[in-house]
Amino acid sequence: MATQTDSRVPQIGQRNKKGQLVTDPNELFFLSPRTPSFLTGSEVIREAIRRASVDFSVAYPITPQSEASSLVGELYAEGYVGDYMRGESEFAVMGECAGAAFAGARVFTTTAGPGTLRAFENFPMWAGSRLPIQVVFTVRGINSPLTIQPDTLEIAFMLETGMLLWHAESAQDLFDFMLKGYYVAEQPEVHLPIGVICDGFFVTHTKDMVMMTPEDRTLPHYDPYRSPVVCMDMEVPPVRMMRDPFVMKSNYISYMTHASWQLEIRAAIERSRKHTIPLLDGLIEVENSDAEIMLVASGTAVSQAREAIRLFRDKGVRVGLVKIKTLRPFPTEEIRKATEHAKHIFVPEFNVAGWLAREIKSTIDRNHRVVAGPHVAGGMTMPPEIIVEEIEKHMAHRRNKELVHG
Amino acid sequence: MKKRINIRMSGLGGQGVVTSAHLMAMAAAHEGKFAISNPFFGAEKRMAPAESYVRIGEEKIYDRGELVFPHVVMVYHPQVITMGKSYTMPFYSGIKDGGLIIINDDIELLTEEEKEDLAKKKVTVYYVPATKIALELAGTELATNMGMLGALAGLTHAVTMDGLDKALQDRFGKKYVASGGTATLDEAIKKKFAKKEMLLQKNLETIRRTFDEAEVYAKKNPTFAVNVS
Repeated sequence: MATQTDSRVPQIGQRNKKGQLVTDPNELFFLSPRTPSFLTGSEVIREAIRRASVDFSVAYPITPQSEASSLVGELYAEGYVGDYMRGESEFAVMGECAGAAFAGARVFTTTAGPGTLRAFENFPMWAGSRLPIQVVFTVRGINSPLTIQPDTLEIAFMLETGMLLWHAESAQDLFDFMLKGYYVAEQPEVHLPIGVICDGFFVTHTKDMVMMTPEDRTLPHYDPYRSPVVCMDMEVPPVRMMRDPFVMKSNYISYMTHASWQLEIRAAIERSRKHTIPLLDGLIEVENSDAEIMLVASGTAVSQAREAIRLFRDKGVRVGLVKIKTLRPFPTEEIRKATEHAKHIFVPEFNVAGWLAREIKSTIDRNHRVVAGPHVAGGMTMPPEIIVEEIEKHMAHRRNKELVHG
Repeated sequence: MKKRINIRMSGLGGQGVVTSAHLMAMAAAHEGKFAISNPFFGAEKRMAPAESYVRIGEEKIYDRGELVFPHVVMVYHPQVITMGKSYTMPFYSGIKDGGLIIINDDIELLTEEEKEDLAKKKVTVYYVPATKIALELAGTELATNMGMLGALAGLTHAVTMDGLDKALQDRFGKKYVASGGTATLDEAIKKKFAKKEMLLQKNLETIRRTFDEAEVYAKKNPTFAVNVS
């Protein structure tokens, strides 16, 4: 696609003002040398943003993302981020992000838990306005009594906002998802906001080994002329729709416009698949798909499941795993196929609601096979020993029932 | 070394529990082992319970979060035991059979009941006056965590002195910001030691002292050494 280029913006092969080489995304992701670094998740966020040619970022403190947003501020001081400001609240932050994105900037921010919910109204607005903003949600508990610890309940609220949602298992995922996320979210046929989700503390405050791309290479700048809707213009959609909303005119045309636009957002999410699959090596990862017992999970629950599978292996029991990388688009067909031989499907989750189990139950056949759990909530850890114990308890219960009922 | 060693560090806010977990994991990473460290704390404040966890192993480690079933429990402050400033009750809850407890004090802090319970689990309890040693060698109780690390390494050989030295250089030898609070604390320490080199050297001396003492103990107690290292 032919695009206009701004001579002030360094193009692929040129260096930016920090001396970083603007690099073709696929080359950056797959061909550039990677070096191991031992970092916390917050530092990983800083390092991904250093390599992402971000124009604008807004910060507002909330644990466990405060360190990350303050580190992005340091990047701004060093000259790696175009502009940086502090917001007045999470609601204001997301509004300010929208303003910058409408004006054609690549935007980054972070929030967590109660901050996500405070900002909430903005997320479907971003999606409807086709703003490819990236937020890292470092999820934490949202409900009273107050907690600052990891709990994934807030993701349930995000599922129908129209955003792309990728759930990182580890610091490595976080680094890769942030860079690749911009690439997918900014495709003209996608052009949607993306939430890169990581579990607070389990990822943000954990020091782990991450394979990093070179510090002196960066993504090409965002090209606002590749947007499927025009940059901010008061007379054409999407801004026209906001200043003069259809809702003010109750007639069939207005309902129809609204409905078809919502469908288009969902279609755009689905269109992101073809860009995402080669970048993430599929929307899911599968291990031991022939096993009778499968664990299906996203985020840190995947890591805990991997350890539980090792414990089962030591006991001579073969257990399989499906790691879900993207929650939107939801890998429906992939999960169906990966679990077709499974007799028991367990969904370990770090929340009280079991929203992931619900998603899976609503998309696969013979869904009586799905067990919502084991669960922990409120910041509790899910030790692999407990996953094993819960599964064994459940299986024993099933066997007893079969004995009683023949 | 065991295939995996899981360490739970319990202390109070401001004692450097989080820093020492990171140092331990960095040391292990320097030696080519797999390591993960993470802290857990409430709203950050001095003297409130703070815990961090280190997992070191020979294969990739996925497990994260609070360590419920540790091999080693480290107590950085007597109040963890005497005032219940711990995330779990008792403070050694979940410890594996044949495990190790390292306590920063030189007086007995356990009840008879607790001692019996731990004996049944074949748990070794090792006392090290880390704060006293820190005051003596580094001139500040802020080096308590170094004393604790030395004892841990000397008893378990999960990491070497060389690995700890490299981790110290990484952590304090260059600019490092974990959070506003940590940065302030780092600055306070740096002023105390006047020079960064002095800080590194004094910290290392503190580690060396408790490491050597712990190594002697481990050699004298071969059954314990078999269980742990």
